[in-house]
Amino acid sequence: MSIFLDQNSKVIVQGITGREGSYHTGRMLAYGTQIVGGVTPGKGGQKSEHGLPVFDSVKEAVDATGATHNVIFVPAPFAADALYESHEAGISLAICITEGVPVHDTLKVVGTTSGMRIIGPNCPGLISPGKASVGIMPGHVFKQGHVGLISRSGTLTYEVVDGLTRAGLGQSTCVGIGGDPIIGTTYVDVLREFANDSQTKALVICGEIGGSDEEEAAAWIGEHLAGIPVVAFISGRNAPPGKSLGHAGAIVSGSFGTAQSKIEAFQAVGVRVAERPSEIPKLLLAH
Amino acid sequence: MNLMEYQGKELFRRAGIPVPRSQHCTNAEDAATFVAEHPGNWVVKAQVLMGGRGKAGKIKFASTADEARSVTREIMATPMPPNRQNPKGEPIRSVLVEERLPIAKEAYCAITVDRAHKRPVVMVSRFGGMDIEEVAEQHPESIAKHFVDTAVGYSPFIGRELASGAELDAGYRRAFPMIAGALYELFFKYGARLVEINPLALTEDGKVIASDAKVELDDDALFRHKEFEEWQRVLPLDEDETLAAQAGVGIRNFRRFDGNVGTMANGAGLAMATMDAVSNAGGKIANFLDVGGGASAERVRNCYELVMNHTGAKVFFINIFGGITRGDEVANGIVTALKQTQARKVPLVIRLTGTNEKEGRAILAAAGMTPVETMDEGAAKAVQIASQA
Repeated sequence: MSIFLDQNSKVIVQGITGREGSYHTGRMLAYGTQIVGGVTPGKGGQKSEHGLPVFDSVKEAVDATGATHNVIFVPAPFAADALYESHEAGISLAICITEGVPVHDTLKVVGTTSGMRIIGPNCPGLISPGKASVGIMPGHVFKQGHVGLISRSGTLTYEVVDGLTRAGLGQSTCVGIGGDPIIGTTYVDVLREFANDSQTKALVICGEIGGSDEEEAAAWIGEHLAGIPVVAFISGRNAPPGKSLGHAGAIVSGSFGTAQSKIEAFQAVGVRVAERPSEIPKLLLAH
Repeated sequence: MNLMEYQGKELFRRAGIPVPRSQHCTNAEDAATFVAEHPGNWVVKAQVLMGGRGKAGKIKFASTADEARSVTREIMATPMPPNRQNPKGEPIRSVLVEERLPIAKEAYCAITVDRAHKRPVVMVSRFGGMDIEEVAEQHPESIAKHFVDTAVGYSPFIGRELASGAELDAGYRRAFPMIAGALYELFFKYGARLVEINPLALTEDGKVIASDAKVELDDDALFRHKEFEEWQRVLPLDEDETLAAQAGVGIRNFRRFDGNVGTMANGAGLAMATMDAVSNAGGKIANFLDVGGGASAERVRNCYELVMNHTGAKVFFINIFGGITRGDEVANGIVTALKQTQARKVPLVIRLTGTNEKEGRAILAAAGMTPVETMDEGAAKAVQIASQA
């Protein structure tokens, strides 16, 4: 098993003829992902440069291909529309890579698209190593195994995974949940899935300053995941208060959202917190 | 984009939220003229984004034209004193001359986005005039919250429940549901990150009036609201944001600190982790910088110059995790960028991984730079060089 995604998942790409969409479609195909088509309004009936069918709408693509997953590469002003369209068309998992989506767009979309899981926006996607990759993650860094990983960032995830892979610790599924203030799927949402996944035997959480998601994840772990080894890492310990660092959601206000509060929350429920990314494999193996 | 009080109040007025009569003035003469033409009791408030105006002596009373002139001069003569968030303080370029309210009670009302519930949250407290963080620490039970279902929107019962839940004075009860509704409309119409009335005053004659206004707009939504372009021009530009924009990186991607180890990484999470690594190695960080995706020669050059020209960096630690990008391409980009630049030169420590990483490191070493394999190693090396420089 793995969560959210495997070799049988049928995926379409919204924005397949755009520069990013087209490039990453090639990479997802090379990884073995079942990309079954794409959507670009006005280009229906054409073939993408990868030879995949292009449809005018998500509905047409779903009807023709049976796709359940949609990965979204459209520009920020159109991301909400793409998500609404995915929901109407019956997509069950939409992965929104797009960065810079207005917060209220995301708010409205997540509040009105029940039944469809959204990952992102502003995320690198997800990968079930050895099976399929959806998004922009560099597949060669990953290796199939038993560690489930959840992260708010992109390159930091690759850094951490690279360390795991080099230490012989493969991964079941790695989910980049995104760096925005409002995201479709939180740590707790992903933890619930991992809790029921037979392939996942240990967890890594890559958090960062801002918000209280990590604290909520810690509380959930304390209640439901007592038997599973979990290691966390929090970036941004040296961030100044009141200023976003890169991610719009990475902001400390007052004593709220600090690395210290997150670290303490994890430690309180027995989660080991790594001082630096390179310590994560060691801490996992020590469990 | 954070708005100043007078801008926030202008939005409040448009939304139908009662605000005191006022005049925005950019100099002491205008303030004096306004008070001469409108006799009464006025309060002159510095227009800045920083908090703590009262304590800094930047809010003063005036009842005559002469008083208005002299207190405006006094307020504008010196900038807001620095605090931890704004180590340079903030210059005062204008004041708001506002009707002095006979305040009987002060409450708090705000709407923001709640990450955990994925909904807008309306928050109300009977402790007005205090920082909400302080209230949350001292009287957490006093804050009443309602998480609004975006599909339904605001309905007056929400305001009634919140007023009673927060135990607002009975004098608030009639006006509050309408005010909270207008605030919600405003929050939604402009796609705000935060709208806050603190304090929401109850006057001695029973009126409920927004005595202050705080509005944080979403930079990512500004493309829909061209009407704010003018306001954006008069807002004090955060220097770091301005420099970042000039260098062609996102405005959130660059922050300066007072250390001597310059840093740059691709991706915000990795850039934060890079700062932490330098700090773990005993060093002091000169900056946060997320170079973004890829690392073209032009982008690297702009970022290098950004750090060299505007921070006290004595060494520059570049941390590139080349997920998709090829290591040799990144290395060539860095070498080209540094050949082209006119900026001052400091030792470079470069951590480079990814496809063709060995070739990449060879290119860097041949150009006299210090390539390293891991982030920890790079941080240690950079800190060592900075301490000897």
